[in-house]
Amino acid sequence: MSHAEPSALAHQFDSLEQQKESSTLGMWFFLAQEMLFFGGLFVTYLLFRWRDPTAFAAGSHELDILLGGFNTVVLIGSSLTMAMAVHSAQTDKQRQLVGYLVATGALGLVFLVVKYFEYSAKWHHHLVPGAAFHFAEPIGGRAELFFSLYFAMTGMHALHMVIGVAVLAWILARARTGEFGARYYNPVECFGLYWHFVDIVWIFLFPLLYLIGRH
Amino acid sequence: MSAENQLPATHYLNATSGLRSWLLTLDHKRIGILYLLGVSFFFLLGSAFAMLVRLELLTPQGDLMSPDTYNHMFTMHGIFMVFFFLIPAIPGVLGNFALPIMIGAKDVAFPKLNLLSWYVFMTGGLLTMYGLLTGGVDTGWTFYPPYSSLYSTSAVLPVGIGVFVNGFASILTGVNFMVTVHRMRAPGMTWFRLPLFVWGQYATSLVMVLGTPVVAITLVMLVLERAFHFGFFDAAKGGDPVLFQHLFWFYSHPAVYIMILPSMAVISELIAAFARKRIFGYQAVAFASIGIAVLGFLVWGHHMYVSSQSVYAGVVFSLLTMLVAIPSAVKVFNWTFTLYKGAVALEMPMLYAMGFIGLFVIGGLTGVFLATLGFDVHVHDTYFVVAHFHYVMVGGTIMGYLGGLHYWWPKMTGRMYSPFWGKTSGWLVFVGFNLTFFPQFLLGMQGMPRRYHAYPAEWQVLNVLSTAGASVLGVGFILPVVYFLWSLRAGKIAGPNPWGARGLEWETTSPPPTFNFETPPVVEHEAYDYVTPAEQRAAGSPPAGTH
Repeated sequence: MSHAEPSALAHQFDSLEQQKESSTLGMWFFLAQEMLFFGGLFVTYLLFRWRDPTAFAAGSHELDILLGGFNTVVLIGSSLTMAMAVHSAQTDKQRQLVGYLVATGALGLVFLVVKYFEYSAKWHHHLVPGAAFHFAEPIGGRAELFFSLYFAMTGMHALHMVIGVAVLAWILARARTGEFGARYYNPVECFGLYWHFVDIVWIFLFPLLYLIGRH
Repeated sequence: MSAENQLPATHYLNATSGLRSWLLTLDHKRIGILYLLGVSFFFLLGSAFAMLVRLELLTPQGDLMSPDTYNHMFTMHGIFMVFFFLIPAIPGVLGNFALPIMIGAKDVAFPKLNLLSWYVFMTGGLLTMYGLLTGGVDTGWTFYPPYSSLYSTSAVLPVGIGVFVNGFASILTGVNFMVTVHRMRAPGMTWFRLPLFVWGQYATSLVMVLGTPVVAITLVMLVLERAFHFGFFDAAKGGDPVLFQHLFWFYSHPAVYIMILPSMAVISELIAAFARKRIFGYQAVAFASIGIAVLGFLVWGHHMYVSSQSVYAGVVFSLLTMLVAIPSAVKVFNWTFTLYKGAVALEMPMLYAMGFIGLFVIGGLTGVFLATLGFDVHVHDTYFVVAHFHYVMVGGTIMGYLGGLHYWWPKMTGRMYSPFWGKTSGWLVFVGFNLTFFPQFLLGMQGMPRRYHAYPAEWQVLNVLSTAGASVLGVGFILPVVYFLWSLRAGKIAGPNPWGARGLEWETTSPPPTFNFETPPVVEHEAYDYVTPAEQRAAGSPPAGTH
């Protein structure tokens, strides 16, 4: 057995291959629970959209499709750079790995900044659910449920982005020490899985909240 | 073999020392012990609330506490018992301790995650305790809105957040165990050579990973609703309180299987060990665990027969619920067949296994009654339901937990407890349990509603019996604490295999070394390769596996 990089192999495993398979499988199981987690919100969305489609369409009109569309492009771009980061690690290209990780993080931050401006606009227009909520008649208070879902769904997604950027910073710090390469890169790969998952959630959220019912 | 009457020189308990070595341990066995301390504490707390509930019900009038206080008592009893004892107990304590050894691994796949699970669990517990100290909760453990979201003045937020946080301990443990079973098995340990305990833990983990996130997001929605007036469950805003019930039971019914499946998993081990026989229909029992886990996700609507759910949905849920009885019965019948012509030894843990079978049959069959639409509407929210789920939760889960704890205690500590006091407490638990909960079936049939602090005088006799039973049960639960602690100092040295059982965990020392085995095991046999009495007679040799 090779002991060239003893730090990479954790004590409970017999080989790097077993370790890699285990962490990848664990990540997929974790993503399965993430799907069910967001699933609760999607079911809620489905129920209330089916009950009151006009209020949902009216609520949808208040969302900024340009900012939402811009963010969609940003996120898809970040998934690309993330995939390139994993590829760079697999092919031992240290400089590219660090570069792509930085790009992924930067795009993630751009997404969050845009989201902040969207949220604050909703705040100023009294579209945040609660006592101050106000929506023009004839829809009126019926739109509150749409915005409850909007904030819960995009908020939960944004929280996943914040956690993602934080973990990315940690992966980046490790990448800069040259820890990852063709022999050992599963933390980068597993983080990539998470990042793509969060991206895919947005791919569903964008049409459901911004696009459907807009004429 | 080294001397039978002394502990191994180094083992996982004394390999390192100091508080730090425990609080930062990555050893699955030590984490199991940490869970043992945690769940025992929350069990004690939950039991105290149960005793207060039973004390109040000693007399028909509400004379011990106000109705409002009573609401707090049964709610806190439910929350601590369900979320902080029944769900984490067997996976956290016995699963953590035994599962990696049973598959011949050095540890779980993700030891750091395992330790994190315990901290998440304790954080959830402490948040809930904080909620308890700042007013407690009076919504019932089910947190139904709109009462929980709009009207209750109790500490719904900290407790809701505590339960939410605790959910992630479940999820992380589930992910960890599943990967461990997939990837960490010793050479030769194929899926169908796994002890049934491992199959049961795997099925449990499946439910933990797929069910828990749904209740987590539901609690997030409840918190948003209560703190920021979102409208998901508020009919005045177009929301729907019944949606909460759907989402809540989508997890919380499978959660019942998170509690019972690991207990069944323990029972399979006990029955095989003390009947000295391979479990009859091994594969059927293994698949029954998976079957229960899958079917468990399709039955949540049986909690909602009277919650405006459509009658047709009710009929479908009723049928699906009855289907769960099939894999459950497969297990019970196969355990019974295993006993047939086995060399049954009524050792202490076996008492719990036998108790489990009897009580689970009652709990399970009354579950089929309750699955039946017409009958359920009659007894909905009565003590019949309370008695039913206590037969499953206490008669099932706790019997399995205690049975497993008594079975693996010599492995965990290297020492035996007093068999006399063990059997005494086993009988006290069995008698006390039946005395507590059987009268509740009768009360429920007569229509006594659950969650009321007062009741008409004609129900007093049965309630007094129930409270008396709870006291006996309490003594039965306290005794093990005493003799387990006593065994740590003065117990007889157990040796590697005190029960003469088969399985990798009995092939290593008691207590095991930190990485479980001196030499990595290679598996060449089926699970439970006991020699049956008939085979022994044929071979003319002494019983296999005994000393």
